[in-house]
Amino acid sequence: MIDAPRLASIDEVLLVLNEVCDPEIPSLTIADLGILREIYERDGNFAVVITPTYSGCPAMQTIEDDIGSALANAGIGNYRIETRLAPAWTTDWLSESGRNKLLEVGIAPPAEATSDKRKIRSARPLIIPCPQCKSSNTERISEFGSTACKALYRCVDCREPFDYFKCI
Amino acid sequence: MKNSVTCAPQSWHFEYVLRLGDNALILGQRISEWCGHSPFVEEDVAMANTALDHIGRARMLLTHAGNLQGNKQTEDDLAYSRNEREFKNFLLCELPIGDFAYTIVRQVLLDTYHFHLYAALQKSSDDTLAAIAAKVVKESTYHLRHSSEWLIRLGDGTEESQRRAQLALDNQWRFTSEFFLADEVDDVAHQAGVGVDVSLLEKLWRDNVNDILSAACLLRPEDAPLRASGRMGLHTEHMGFLLAEMQSVQRAYPGLDW
Ligand SMILES: [Zn+2]
Repeated sequence: MIDAPRLASIDEVLLVLNEVCDPEIPSLTIADLGILREIYERDGNFAVVITPTYSGCPAMQTIEDDIGSALANAGIGNYRIETRLAPAWTTDWLSESGRNKLLEVGIAPPAEATSDKRKIRSARPLIIPCPQCKSSNTERISEFGSTACKALYRCVDCREPFDYFKCI
Repeated sequence: MKNSVTCAPQSWHFEYVLRLGDNALILGQRISEWCGHSPFVEEDVAMANTALDHIGRARMLLTHAGNLQGNKQTEDDLAYSRNEREFKNFLLCELPIGDFAYTIVRQVLLDTYHFHLYAALQKSSDDTLAAIAAKVVKESTYHLRHSSEWLIRLGDGTEESQRRAQLALDNQWRFTSEFFLADEVDDVAHQAGVGVDVSLLEKLWRDNVNDILSAACLLRPEDAPLRASGRMGLHTEHMGFLLAEMQSVQRAYPGLDW
């Protein structure tokens, strides 16, 4: 006999969702990335609020599916997923632990807060320290990398190419 | 009288958002043709990423357009089930990709347009459109940085790259006049606070494009009138082929899902 989905508390939902990872950078959770915005309760049901990263990010559908299966595995059924567009996602929402986890897997975290800067043509290129040897003698190979959120860099000193999680 | 929740769809509002969605969809479809064919692998990744950004914004805009119309049509209905005359994109978006210089010139002209358009639309009285714009303008910022850096490299490069960039610019320039031909939809949308002021947009676009062209050592062509208009649903001979490819699966197997 299959049990009917159990009613859960916000804390329980949060505990389960803290285990949901980004499909493209699996060391980061969706909470680390700032994709998971809020969980609220209304009439005994939960709304899991997420904000999409890049318009063209194909991972968003996978993330929704992963949220669904994580909650289903925990026997939690009284939820729905709500997509919130405003305010737009920004790398400023990356948590401190998220930044450290990026460094651990060799991805340079965003170098600056985005707040008011909107550079059309880069006047002065940012210095992105090499995640391997920490040298600041690095150069950009391409503004576009293996996923929408990353740019490709190279360290001039240790010669290693690396991904940079770019600021938006 | 209170506003009814099920008020009649405002056709100008639907039309305004539909045009934005169509520009994104058709341009994204064109840019995606570079996937696997770019001059080198980093550029291939850049083109594929940019195409995905445009298709992603098309999804948001067409979904919103469908909602404005009372959910009569989904994003997929609008993308895959309309005929050529029902698409309202700028002609510039549908032109074949040409060589790399041709694509970069088109990207500069349209990225600059999108950058200023969506910067202004962040203040739209349509909250959903404003939220989409706030997201899209970030992406248009790095699209424009990418395309304008390339144009400067090509224009200020070898004799051959300069020649091809200028040729592409001369060929495409007349299509830009369509960007700023405000019609009734634009006027009503602007008055309602939903749309942007087209004459202000034109000024920002011209200043910005002039700067990039002079940095790229390219000559700005003379303005010329355009007799056709994608926004009236009157397209070039290239549009039918583009749609035939983009819509082939849904046309052969209507409603197919995977
Ligand atoms: Zn290094």
